[in-house]
Amino acid sequence: MKDFLLVFRTDYNTMPKASPEEMQASTKRWMDWIGGIAAQNKLVDRGNRLVPAGQVLKPDNVIADGPYTEIKESIVGYSLVKADSIQEATELAKGCPILRIGGNVEIREISVL
Amino acid sequence: MDQAELIPHLFRTEYRKIVSVLCRLFGIEHIEIAEDIVSDTFLIASELWGLKGLPENPTAWLYTVAKNKTKDYLKRNTLFAENISKGIKYSTATSEELELDLSVKNINDSQLAMIFVVCHPCNPAEAQIGLALNLLCGFGVDEIASAFLTNKKVIYKRLQRAKEKLRTEKIEIEQPTLADIDDRLSVVLMTLYLLFNEGYYSSNHDVTLRKDLCFEAMRLTYLLVENEQTNKSPANALLSLMCFQSSRFDSRHDQNGEIVLYQDQDTDLWNRELIAKGEYFLNRASEGTKISKYHLEAAIACWHTVKTDTTEKWENVLQLYNQLLLIEYSPIAALNRTYALAKVNGKREAIIEAEKINLADNHLYHSLLGELYTDVDNEKAISHFQNAFTLAKSTADKTIIANRILKCTQKTGADMGKPLE
Repeated sequence: MKDFLLVFRTDYNTMPKASPEEMQASTKRWMDWIGGIAAQNKLVDRGNRLVPAGQVLKPDNVIADGPYTEIKESIVGYSLVKADSIQEATELAKGCPILRIGGNVEIREISVL
Repeated sequence: MDQAELIPHLFRTEYRKIVSVLCRLFGIEHIEIAEDIVSDTFLIASELWGLKGLPENPTAWLYTVAKNKTKDYLKRNTLFAENISKGIKYSTATSEELELDLSVKNINDSQLAMIFVVCHPCNPAEAQIGLALNLLCGFGVDEIASAFLTNKKVIYKRLQRAKEKLRTEKIEIEQPTLADIDDRLSVVLMTLYLLFNEGYYSSNHDVTLRKDLCFEAMRLTYLLVENEQTNKSPANALLSLMCFQSSRFDSRHDQNGEIVLYQDQDTDLWNRELIAKGEYFLNRASEGTKISKYHLEAAIACWHTVKTDTTEKWENVLQLYNQLLLIEYSPIAALNRTYALAKVNGKREAIIEAEKINLADNHLYHSLLGELYTDVDNEKAISHFQNAFTLAKSTADKTIIANRILKCTQKTGADMGKPLE
């Protein structure tokens, strides 16, 4: 089996301000989805969320606020899964709650150094 | 208790105590000497008590004889005595003679220290459990073989090899330092968890023996939470789990020794006292900051002390299984999670998830799919139950599965033969 990185992207600006109930429902959706992957013994690391604020360092010490000021789709989080093929990894990504709010999942095979 | 029962009983309760104290005194490399002294003591007891009747205080009698035997041994083996006496803390300035300290406190301390030796990672888990039964629980080779459903030779060899390993590795009998307590404790907890499961889930028909295993695992875990240094949150969580599980012990078998499934159990037989204890230790466990798998399993077991099917119950159980799987994958957790999912989101969604988890060589997997397909597609249900029947090893499991097949067949039969009205 190979490891794959799932990168979750969405537009922070269009993310709706959720009520506590909606937040709870969202957490539950994420847990049910990731729990389903873990139940197949295909979860390597549940990963983490990323906070919206950040900085981008460019050549010549140019520091930009970001990344969302420039890119419409920012990375909001990531997980690590294992699968036999990219197709299987993509199958695992189906049902990811990010898709419900207009986001997407990028699936990339990890090439171990 | 008459004499015939008393000696085995005392052997069970006192052998391990004296052995622990002696081992701590001599060092684990001399474990055989310690065991010989205690075995001799019991041999004399059974001979003498048979002739002269019981002494007034049998336990005190055993302690006195063990103390004398130890003194004799040391007198006869001066070289050995010199070597170990450097480490003896009990000899006072006034008395050069060794005094074996069999006070409650020293027995507890010695047993606690021995738990860490027995559950040392230098031995594989199976050997640790065997050693724990032998040295910490006073089980003989016969009983251990019976508990593991194997023969005496296998167990005897396993124990010898494990003891030899402790000797060659020169494992110190002492409580671990504060720095490595968490690591060492987690190995100990795992062994006690397996010991408990050995009793709780074993297919062994000897219910008394299985109860004893569970009880011993609980007693040792209790020793841990009673000691300030080892009274950690995961230890409390594990004890809580054991209390909740064992609260159902008496309802899990009918008079014929057949397994009674959870949904068919008589809740009046559930032990309220143990449930209350489970809650108490779960509260104590919540004082820590880290959530261990024992916390999650105890919380699930806590929800199962309420039999009523509520959405709240199953929703919580599902989330706890999700978290448990994130900490550590296990086939049983994956299957139970899918069952909880069926209770929350319905059988059809659970079937899709169940077919993904792919544990085709596990009879419980097919039992689960059989359960989920029942009333959805009874033909498929029967075929899965048949797979489960083929894969199941114990007669008890086979009986339960055969019942399910029968019920499903009746359903399909009823469908076909339904009179037109």
